Amino acid sequence: MMKRRAVLAAAPGAALLLAGCGDDATEGLDPDKPYVALVSKGFQHQFWQAVQEGAEQAAEEFGVEITFEGPESESEVAQQIDMLQTALDRNPDAIGFAALDSQASAPLMTEAESRGVPVIAFDSGVDSDVPVTTASTDNLAAAALAAERMVELIGGAGKVALVVHDQTSVTGVDRRDGFTKYIEENAPDVEIVDVQYGAGDQLESTNIATAIIEGNPDLAGIYGANEGSAIGVVNAVQELDRVGEIVVIGFDSGQAQMDAIRGGVMAGAITQNPVGIGYETVKAAAAAINGEDLPETIDTGFYWYDATNIDDAEIQAVLYE
Amino acid sequence: MKQVDTAEVGDAVRASPRGLLGPSWNLVRRQLQQVLAFASLIVLVAFFAIANPNFLTWSNLSGILLSTAVIGILALGTTFVIITSGIELSLGTGMTLAAVMTGVMLTGWGLPLVVGVVGGVLTGALIGLINGLSIAVLKIPPFIATLAMMLIAQGLALVISGTAPIYFTDVPGFTDIALSSVIPGVRLPSAVLILFALTAIAAVILAKSLLGRYSFAIGSNEDAASLSGIAVRKWKIAVYTLSGCFMGIAGVVLASRLNSAQPALGIGYELQAIAAVVIGGTSLQGGKGSIVGTLIGALIVGTVTNGLRIMSIPQEWQSIVIGLVILAAVYIDILRRGR
Repeated sequence: MMKRRAVLAAAPGAALLLAGCGDDATEGLDPDKPYVALVSKGFQHQFWQAVQEGAEQAAEEFGVEITFEGPESESEVAQQIDMLQTALDRNPDAIGFAALDSQASAPLMTEAESRGVPVIAFDSGVDSDVPVTTASTDNLAAAALAAERMVELIGGAGKVALVVHDQTSVTGVDRRDGFTKYIEENAPDVEIVDVQYGAGDQLESTNIATAIIEGNPDLAGIYGANEGSAIGVVNAVQELDRVGEIVVIGFDSGQAQMDAIRGGVMAGAITQNPVGIGYETVKAAAAAINGEDLPETIDTGFYWYDATNIDDAEIQAVLYE
Repeated sequence: MKQVDTAEVGDAVRASPRGLLGPSWNLVRRQLQQVLAFASLIVLVAFFAIANPNFLTWSNLSGILLSTAVIGILALGTTFVIITSGIELSLGTGMTLAAVMTGVMLTGWGLPLVVGVVGGVLTGALIGLINGLSIAVLKIPPFIATLAMMLIAQGLALVISGTAPIYFTDVPGFTDIALSSVIPGVRLPSAVLILFALTAIAAVILAKSLLGRYSFAIGSNEDAASLSGIAVRKWKIAVYTLSGCFMGIAGVVLASRLNSAQPALGIGYELQAIAAVVIGGTSLQGGKGSIVGTLIGALIVGTVTNGLRIMSIPQEWQSIVIGLVILAAVYIDILRRGR
């Protein structure tokens, strides 16, 4: 903290003014402990709050101080870059970063490297050599597991469709491609009739799923690639009175999705381990600060859950309401 | 001013040469515009019906109506604002805040269903009232005042909800507000009925009430309206409050359809609503517009979106087509009016 204060004091007036204008995120942190600044993709989503919870657990355990922040929505690439810049300007001992757009952050990655601040990528990868490690779900493998279950549940043949959150982020692309690739390679009798994108907005995703089902009356299954998309699919199947006729597979958790699984509307879903993502990120940051070697990637794991195992302790530990 | 007993006060104030042709010609022109908009809608429906056999089913048509409901209700209210040559950017997040307040009242405080619903509508009305006061009393330009409110409402929705969705699972009957069946055995959700009922109410207010007539007068020429004795400030506040009521109703319908109040949702809905208003022939310059036009505008957007989705056209092309529809609709309107 002393070091950071000195930098701020030496900075030109403009920077001081900026610092005075609300960058007090580091107030109240223990100056004797290493400081890790985490910049996530959001803070509103339950998912990110679970990541933060895991990060706080690890911070406690490994004796570091953290700050956790993220932009208002997952399309605010520019806002996130500003946050990363501000975080760097606080002279942290390490940075944890979940890139909304890994290209856009490239210059700041270089800056972090030149300042000697280790970067831990989390959630989605950062397309850069700078991060010392990446703590994330293997989304391709997770989506392939969703596809495998889909093929089983529709009996190996039929039409399926996807509602995905977006076509530009790494998670959106991987959760689409992991699913479609598995089907193409392993299920010749399953036809993918449509892939649409609803920005994770529940109403938008509901309307999209409704149109897909109307356009394909013989649809056998539909997969929602994140929480908002999956809830949209659930809403559409319920509104159209097609519960039981269409196999619904989701991603992540949240109360509505868990209710849908318990109530038989959704066959099951893939859950990541958001607490584990936060925990592993801060753990890796602490290790990097101590100069320890880290593996290139840290797989934080994923699970299939359905009505049969939703109440298992192992699953409950990674679900969030 | 008060002797002019049609919704065409705007045109009269503008004293355009065509105004000399008399109110009957104006009436024909006004009808023509709505007939044209309706004809475009029919052409679109016919096009998609030919392009995809699954489009023209009752189930899908009622799906289009349902998907239009929330944006449509927002668009109805904001038509009044745009007629006064104002703008309303806090529609989307204000709607979300209303949904969150309904959630807090019903699930947090355990109030009766009716109170929660009325509370949501009043939240919208309060947001509109504050917008109106900022604009009429503090003289903040509508764009800025409602932009600020957009951010404030978004923040409040997140703070009040604790950044978590509020679910209505334990509120019996809540999803029935939007999703109960109007006619037994036929898929016609109540949200559609709410949209049509509000269209009728808004049309009557615009055509028959002082509020409607003064909206046109203020939008055509605010100074002239003021000089002719209209209490412009008071009526502006009323217009934004009315738009706020519609925002609140949209919030309740949205929450009912999603069985939850989603605090992070809402940004972007205001632009979709404004697009529907503009496609419906209401001028952003003020002084001209119609409620039926707005309903048709919203239905055109809903139909195009649904039709392209049913045809499995990629998302990115859907946005381009909607953009072109807006350009075409406004340009045809300009041509027709010979500007």
